[in-house]
Amino acid sequence: MNAPPVIAARGLAKRYGKATVVDAVDFDVAKGEIFGLLGPNGAGKTTTILMMLGLTEVSAGTISVLDHDPVRDPLAVKRRVGYLPDQVGFYDNLTAFDNLMYSARLMGIASRERAPRIKEALARVRLADVAEKRVATFSRGMRQRLGLAEIVMKRAEIAILDEPTSGLDPQATVEFLDMIEELKRAGVTVLLSSHLLDQVQRVCDRVALFQRGRIVLIGTVAELARQVLGAGFVVEVEADAASDLDARFGAIAGVSSVERVGADRYRLTADRDVRPEAARAVVAANGALRRLSVDDPSLGAIYTRFFEKQAGSEEGARDAA
Amino acid sequence: MRREGSPWQGLGTVFTKELADHLSSVRMLVLELLIFVIAGVVVYLAIDNIRETTAEDPFVLLKLFTSGGASSVLSLLFILGFVVPLMAIALGFDAINSEHNRRTMSRILSQPIYRDALLAGKFLAGLATLAVCLLCLWLLVVGQGIILLGVPPSGEEVGRSLAFLLITLAYAGTWLALAILLSIVSRSAATAVLVALGIWLFLTLLWPILAHGLATIVSPPDPRYALIGSADPATVGWEQMLRSISPNELFNGAAISLLAPETRQVSQILDLNQWRGAVLGAPLPFSESLAIAGPQAVALIAGVIVLFVAGYVVFQRQEVRA
Repeated sequence: MNAPPVIAARGLAKRYGKATVVDAVDFDVAKGEIFGLLGPNGAGKTTTILMMLGLTEVSAGTISVLDHDPVRDPLAVKRRVGYLPDQVGFYDNLTAFDNLMYSARLMGIASRERAPRIKEALARVRLADVAEKRVATFSRGMRQRLGLAEIVMKRAEIAILDEPTSGLDPQATVEFLDMIEELKRAGVTVLLSSHLLDQVQRVCDRVALFQRGRIVLIGTVAELARQVLGAGFVVEVEADAASDLDARFGAIAGVSSVERVGADRYRLTADRDVRPEAARAVVAANGALRRLSVDDPSLGAIYTRFFEKQAGSEEGARDAA
Repeated sequence: MRREGSPWQGLGTVFTKELADHLSSVRMLVLELLIFVIAGVVVYLAIDNIRETTAEDPFVLLKLFTSGGASSVLSLLFILGFVVPLMAIALGFDAINSEHNRRTMSRILSQPIYRDALLAGKFLAGLATLAVCLLCLWLLVVGQGIILLGVPPSGEEVGRSLAFLLITLAYAGTWLALAILLSIVSRSAATAVLVALGIWLFLTLLWPILAHGLATIVSPPDPRYALIGSADPATVGWEQMLRSISPNELFNGAAISLLAPETRQVSQILDLNQWRGAVLGAPLPFSESLAIAGPQAVALIAGVIVLFVAGYVVFQRQEVRA
């Protein structure tokens, strides 16, 4: 990240009366990356997005988007940033083409350029053949793609997508994620908000994990895995053996800790996949290997472990008190 | 902190789109039918009456607007006082909340426009639609009048009836601004339309009765006036003031003084200066009629502005999220 960030938030906060929805959030988004905002519903993702666009007032802190202040100069920001809201809506009585024509006029695209740009955008999201159909007949996935077409037509430098794949069937989701990657290849910075972890992991370069208005984790998926899981791989072994297996597992190169989670179950944390060595160790001890599995450093695992840990530490704090 | 960029950017686009929506909507079809029926019925009723009762009148065309049938009070003025609010409410009650309900609001506002343009564009489009309707009605009535009466209108008649058209538009604007305000406050279009109709019923039917009662409470009539068989001017003054809260009352007052040139006063308050040197029943010049209609017209326009600004303030502070 040598280039200056395209979005920079410092101490950004949003309060409604006494309720704090976004609490002093700091983050940078670099040009050309896909940045994921992750977190449960109501964690403050959409509010953060609306503050970036100047659609809701900022209570404290600063945010700069493409070197503009969305509080003072929202038009300059909105001219260069495309936004696909959660469950985007269109005018059902108009055709896809006419809906985009209205947006194109609002964007201030020159009248001569409008029609070719709309056609090009519709082709990019594979809606060219239904351009003259009324949006009332469109499925959820088609509406989302039409929303993406609007961003393509705008030639936005930043695309902000709020829960773009929620409610889509698996096929439509895969297609949509492909289109997001196409946007990235075209040089667009993408900000993606979602609570669907595997999708975020598939396309995002970096993620920020929101919880109760705060960013509790930020970085690449690998970085988060190191932070939360301690190391990259967690291998679970279920085996019977006369002798104690703990020491044998501990001796394997790369294993940082061995944890006994049941009578004959062990959890090994390692910086690589140590399944072959673990199997060999069990066999060497004359044990019976029943199960051997590895957790990839998936965002799901990170997410679950993070909230487990937190719940644990909160309990600990309560017990201490 | 000042915001940058023009608040009018996108106004024309929103205006054009909303106007096109209105003109092609089913609502507009109903309004058009309503206008044809009103124009036909009213002129039919009025013509007979005028032919029978009016021998020679320099303002015979204006009679078309104020004269009901021989047996009824169904003058065009009366019908407009009733129907125009309904037309305005029909065009405005879902202006803003429909954008929320269709989930188009945040998408439209993420385009480079301010909310000002969206709200003003919608208001002006509604007003333009109403203007088109009213102008059609005016042309139908005047046209039929010319054909059926066989008298070409004088310049003053055209001037007076056009001024009446503008007053009607201001009246329509008041109700449109109210309907849009309600569409901002209420996320449900059904609630907005019910509240708007409730206010309309209250102001047109109940308020005149209530105003009378309130006036006698605030300023009980002096029994000495009752002895000479007239009303206490103080009580009447209060009643007039209370009644003029209703846009319907303002509209009627302003319209009558324009359409019936012999009208000396809108209120019943006696102002001797108005009577000085006047021959009773003789028509006033156009400029004097305008002066009499002035306060009511200004009050109507002020009503439009106040209601629009109230809607603007609420809309600016509203959250985009549903």
